[in-house]
Amino acid sequence: MKINFILNGKNVWVETDPLKRLLDVLREDFGLTGVKEGCGEGECGTCTVLIHGKIAYSCIIPVGAADHAEIMTIEGYRKTERYKALQDAFAEAGSVQCGFCTPGFVLAAESLLREDARPGETAIREAISGNLCRCTGYNMIVEGIKIASLKGKGLW
Amino acid sequence: MKGKIGKSIKKIDVAEKTGGYARYIADMRFESMLHAKTLRSSKPRAKIKGIDIPEIPQGYYIVDRNDVPGKNRVKMIVNDQPFFAEDVVNYIGEPILLVVGPDKEKIIKILSEIKVYYEAVKPVFTIEEAEKLNTTPIYGEDNCFADYEIEKGDPDEAFGRAAKIVENEYRTGYQEHIYLEPQGMIGIYESNRVTVYGSMQCPYFVKNALIQGLGWGGDRIRVVQTTTGGAFGGKEEYPSLIAGHVAFAAVKAGKPVRLIFNRKEDIQATTKRHPSIIRLKTALDDHKKIIATDVDIKMDGGAYSGLSNVVLQRAMFAATGVYNIPNVRVRGRAFATNNVPSGALRGFGGPQAFFAIEMNMHALADHVSEDPLDFKIKHMLKKGDHTVTGGVLRQDVKLDEMTDMVLGMSDYRKKYDEFSKNDDQVLRGIGLSLFYHGCAFTGSGEKDIIKAEVKLKKREDGKVLILIANVDMGQGAQTTLRKIVARTLCIPVDDVIYENPDTDVVPDSGPTVASRTVMIVGFLLDKAAQELKAEWEKAPEVEVHKVYEQPGYIRWDQETFEGDAYPVYSWGTNVVEVEVDPVTCEIKVKGIWGVYDVGTAIDERIIQGQIEGGISQGLGYATIEVMNSKDGKILQDSITDYIIPCSMYFPGIESKLIDSYYEYGPYGAKCAGELPFIGAAPALASAVQNALNVQIKRIPVTPEYLMETAEGEN
Repeated sequence: MKINFILNGKNVWVETDPLKRLLDVLREDFGLTGVKEGCGEGECGTCTVLIHGKIAYSCIIPVGAADHAEIMTIEGYRKTERYKALQDAFAEAGSVQCGFCTPGFVLAAESLLREDARPGETAIREAISGNLCRCTGYNMIVEGIKIASLKGKGLW
Repeated sequence: MKGKIGKSIKKIDVAEKTGGYARYIADMRFESMLHAKTLRSSKPRAKIKGIDIPEIPQGYYIVDRNDVPGKNRVKMIVNDQPFFAEDVVNYIGEPILLVVGPDKEKIIKILSEIKVYYEAVKPVFTIEEAEKLNTTPIYGEDNCFADYEIEKGDPDEAFGRAAKIVENEYRTGYQEHIYLEPQGMIGIYESNRVTVYGSMQCPYFVKNALIQGLGWGGDRIRVVQTTTGGAFGGKEEYPSLIAGHVAFAAVKAGKPVRLIFNRKEDIQATTKRHPSIIRLKTALDDHKKIIATDVDIKMDGGAYSGLSNVVLQRAMFAATGVYNIPNVRVRGRAFATNNVPSGALRGFGGPQAFFAIEMNMHALADHVSEDPLDFKIKHMLKKGDHTVTGGVLRQDVKLDEMTDMVLGMSDYRKKYDEFSKNDDQVLRGIGLSLFYHGCAFTGSGEKDIIKAEVKLKKREDGKVLILIANVDMGQGAQTTLRKIVARTLCIPVDDVIYENPDTDVVPDSGPTVASRTVMIVGFLLDKAAQELKAEWEKAPEVEVHKVYEQPGYIRWDQETFEGDAYPVYSWGTNVVEVEVDPVTCEIKVKGIWGVYDVGTAIDERIIQGQIEGGISQGLGYATIEVMNSKDGKILQDSITDYIIPCSMYFPGIESKLIDSYYEYGPYGAKCAGELPFIGAAPALASAVQNALNVQIKRIPVTPEYLMETAEGEN
């Protein structure tokens, strides 16, 4: 089946089994390896992408369901000013250790900040509660998102 | 480079990881690469009577014991674990063979058509069953991977004159690492050589395992670490097994072979923290002072010995915690069972022992009606005291100062008194733990076993290469080690190059384990940098080579376990405050404070990351991380069933470091990676004990356990 969607701002299509996981299509057909597989059941958030600006776990979405969707992965998002603000803030706060979960957290942060440019701590914790990190204990990621929202004033 | 070395810099790898540029093993592609999947034992203990294999299409391969050209044993301390099962299987999930080929679906179909004929053998599932030995032993004659005893002073005499003898038993459960990146390897065979890429902590462990498994010279084997998405000990010994698998498969197929675990497989088949049963018998005198203790440590080692004997040693050497007890006997046993092999996990035996000793101190204080903190303080180790192995604490022990700090930060005393009287609807409690971690390998292991070598190379362009086998698995070695070298050479950090290790290029500086990387390898790099600085102008390219030399003061006998069990210790104190719901018994953590002595921090923010991540993982171990094995099968084999902390579980952490300096560490650094994990569980359990006024004797402290305990006490 031919499936069309907008991927990182470009119209693309893929001829594939509509039941193939969006994660596999992104990684295998488009080579977007910033999208990770940590659990394969929508629990860990390493496969996070944005669909119409909202977080979605690409390991539990059949690509057929993404027909005509607007999908953003870290590879597209990293070209933006907002990404740069988050990257700098993550560096400043020590939000990154092994890095396997990090692109997912960045996209979860973007999804939050576009709704609420100055979120409080609870809102941040809730927004990233679908993303697991085993290295940091989360506080330094929460701090990174806080810093991005302050220093990235006007971006969101 | 001015000011304190600890002043944080931007972590070297932030941009590549945050932007999704970093290539982890599952992100690597090679031409004509094949996939592999493992056929695993479905029985906990059985003889293999036969295997029916369907007709295999062209381009697909079965790889099994017959494809191991060298010795079919994974190189470990004891060579008891086969790469592929031979005539018997000893745990559910033990690898029997691989199916290798181009299409994943077809591989799965072939796997489903293979039939293994088993003849069941009576299995052993628990420590109690292993000890009773009511079936043929899995290992040796007594079913023990290790059975050790250590003694200090004269415990029999002291027990003979005791005013009071108290016995308590503590139990700890499994813990799974849940590194976010599952295990994975790629093997390539070309030009008569094998190259293995993978997620790992110890490239030379892997290389040595391949030398043994392939039966080839080391010059034909190359191991390259790929950016590693968390490890925590889970990628210490386990990668050696699957590196063998992809190597044998690549040789057979003549094409690159990729083996990437899914999460279920990773949880079912890889190592976990050893479950333990620890019994402490303590003798007190008339002054409510401990005069002797007798500690019996039993661990479930699983089906193969792996690292069980060293994990057990670390638990035994921690058996009296941070307390000066003059007369001690410790017996330790690691039993063989038909469970998945237990292995390395952050703390490496220490967390089990510290949970038991800290809770026992609390229980003893209650028993003699003393304040638990005062009771701990009056027994606390000081500089010059002797450890359980008779080693001398030569460095400063600043526990009293650290305790004062954490008491102030947490307002512990006031809260403890208030919560002890607490009869509100919500039950509140606060607990404090005191702990240490022995830095680096046990005793003289760095000198006798590891013999670390490092190289530094100045290139013509003035850049300096760090050539070592240690890896960054998230803990920040890429940044801290560059900082050490850059500062000593007075060059910018950006002029120091440190690639993921490739055994064709780097010497064996030892494994990335035991919190040894900064203290041992960093110190060698510092010395190498000093030498390079002196020779900087001598030639356009200069290479220096340094080999580990043991500090002169270390005395250790590996046969009798007498002397300095570790070169030095890092220390910690941790306070946790909780609320317990009186109806559901759910625990909510309300506050976390910690003070640590890790020597000099090479980068304060990286240390903060180790502290916060360690505490979070430790609190998970103490509360929600429930893993049980039933008839040899892990019951929680997904992230849905095995729950780790998410961002909503724990509040912010307030931590501080105290000034401290270790002469044989780079810029005074000691160890930091494992230490913060160790104190979390006993602090949490003590807080729950304070809230509910019941003795906590088991982790994880689940609501179900609390309800049972409360019922038992009523």
